[in-house]
Amino acid sequence: MATGGAAVAGAPARSPMRLPRFFRGGPSVLAATALLAIAGLMTLAPELFTRRDPNAIAYLERLQPPSLAHPLGTDENGRDVWARVVHGARPTLAAAVSLIALSLVAGSLAGLVIGAAGRRTDEALMRVTEFFLALPQIVWALALTSVMGRGLVNCVLALAVTWWAQYARLMRAQVLGVRHREFVLASRALGQREWRILLRHLLPNCFSPVLVKATIDVSLAILLLAALSFLGVGAQPPLPEWGAMVTIGRKYLLDYPWYATFPGLAIFVVVLAFNILGERLRDVLDPTSGLHLRSDR
Amino acid sequence: MTLVLRRLPLLVLLLAAISAAVFALTQALPGDPAFIAAGGGDATPEMIAHARERLGLDRPLWVQYALYMRNALAGDFGRSLVNRKPVIEDLAAFWPASAELALAAIAISAAIGIPLGVLSAVRAGRWLDRLITPGSVFLGSMPIFWLGLMAVLVFYRVLDVLPAAGRLTVGLAPPPAVTGLLLVDSLLARDLTVFADALAHLVLPASILSVISLAMITRVTRAAMLDILHEDYLRTARAKGLSEPRVVLKHGLRNASVPIVTVVGIQLGQLIGGVVVTETIFSWPGLGLYAVTAVENQDYPAILAFTLLATVVYVVINLAVDVLYPLLDPRMRG
Repeated sequence: MATGGAAVAGAPARSPMRLPRFFRGGPSVLAATALLAIAGLMTLAPELFTRRDPNAIAYLERLQPPSLAHPLGTDENGRDVWARVVHGARPTLAAAVSLIALSLVAGSLAGLVIGAAGRRTDEALMRVTEFFLALPQIVWALALTSVMGRGLVNCVLALAVTWWAQYARLMRAQVLGVRHREFVLASRALGQREWRILLRHLLPNCFSPVLVKATIDVSLAILLLAALSFLGVGAQPPLPEWGAMVTIGRKYLLDYPWYATFPGLAIFVVVLAFNILGERLRDVLDPTSGLHLRSDR
Repeated sequence: MTLVLRRLPLLVLLLAAISAAVFALTQALPGDPAFIAAGGGDATPEMIAHARERLGLDRPLWVQYALYMRNALAGDFGRSLVNRKPVIEDLAAFWPASAELALAAIAISAAIGIPLGVLSAVRAGRWLDRLITPGSVFLGSMPIFWLGLMAVLVFYRVLDVLPAAGRLTVGLAPPPAVTGLLLVDSLLARDLTVFADALAHLVLPASILSVISLAMITRVTRAAMLDILHEDYLRTARAKGLSEPRVVLKHGLRNASVPIVTVVGIQLGQLIGGVVVTETIFSWPGLGLYAVTAVENQDYPAILAFTLLATVVYVVINLAVDVLYPLLDPRMRG
């Protein structure tokens, strides 16, 4: 692929044939892609899937089992659980994707700068990064949201406080790996400015492991944000975020089990789809990367 | 030992940074602590000024941090805003339940994950092996709070074979506290009724929590064994006529133990977040439930003390893992 002037000799060519190959990963990859397409459609246009208002209260119809009128039953306010699951896709996915996007951009920039900096700066900045890596994520998210206040947005911010450092570490390792490759030396010899080399040559060549990590991280982000909702600091009612729905459904678990079951099933299915695509992406883009030992949940 | 000593300054630095971060949180708290300490709404300006002086809130920030550190090192984290008891007493009371849960969970996932990993490496490419990766992705995609609720539905509501909340049946007297771990203490007291009851209460939460680390332990064990199974010394062991299990377990597993012990250790640290969630599902009276209740009640001294403690435990576990390397692998000594 031509990245403008980056087509200097020695730059690893990224073949345009890669995309179709991605889908040749068996039925699970196709199913995961289809599921995510549906989830994406729910996020953009929930009206396509249900005509019901997810917040319409009908006390006479409270806690009804699944039926033709209410395929997933109703909740404690008589609201349609299917409508709430459909409308819940947007807050759930948007929060997870923005969390990872935020961490990715902030962390990658930091990692890029750290990796390109001189040796002593590199050491000092890595100590700072390591400090953030040393914090247990859920514990700190709990502490930060108890200070900043509850809610989905604050949870995203609180998790990003620790999450960016993972991308900084990954990006730095990538930069150190390619910094002395021939195409970088060549552009330096051609007299290009450092920041230009950073953005035009280092960045694009460091990105595939970051992309793989981001895909898998979205699934982790969904799980962590849902867990924070479950602990009471995340999405607040009446927002139909999936984790928050399971949390309220828990109160009715023993007598009305469908209420907590279906929103949780939605989380599971979407997370599974992201994980399958992430693993596939790794096989295609970055087959050498190994197991990640740490995966806080 | 030298490695421990070399790591020590870094650890001290890290702990200082962590305590500073927690101290920074205290500065960001909503509300005026002097106002709260003076008794809230009825406090006169003099009382508030007095409390401010008593708490050192009129001193420069770095002095306040030094005071905070001195108190924390002496185990003084202030009093809970809810029950007015010193927070350290609560932490001491709730801590063993969490330790028991986490240790049981890591024991379960190691007891299942390591044999599973060895078996799938030995029979690489066979059906068991081919199930490991999809299986771990499948399990890893489940929100554990939801999995826990589903387990409660099945094992408590439908089958009615396991209790769904707490550590002991209400009314049953706990054994005299020695370690704080009910399984151990009840055995020490030779009280089999309590032991059985405690075990029944522990099975569900510990199994759910073990799901977090099971997949990773299995996959790392498998990868470590695959790396080793084609080494020359295994061929030599076979040539000597040793039985296959002996070759795999004694010569293989032992040499693969460094990454395996590492992953088990790291996963123990990773369980901390899961402990908080699991304790909430099963009303397990540990630090996690304590912290979540404190967050609900905005009991800031309790929240901050928990944050500091959990972070220190997490950091120390991860350090211990690093230090364990050379003990297991002679090549890394010296």
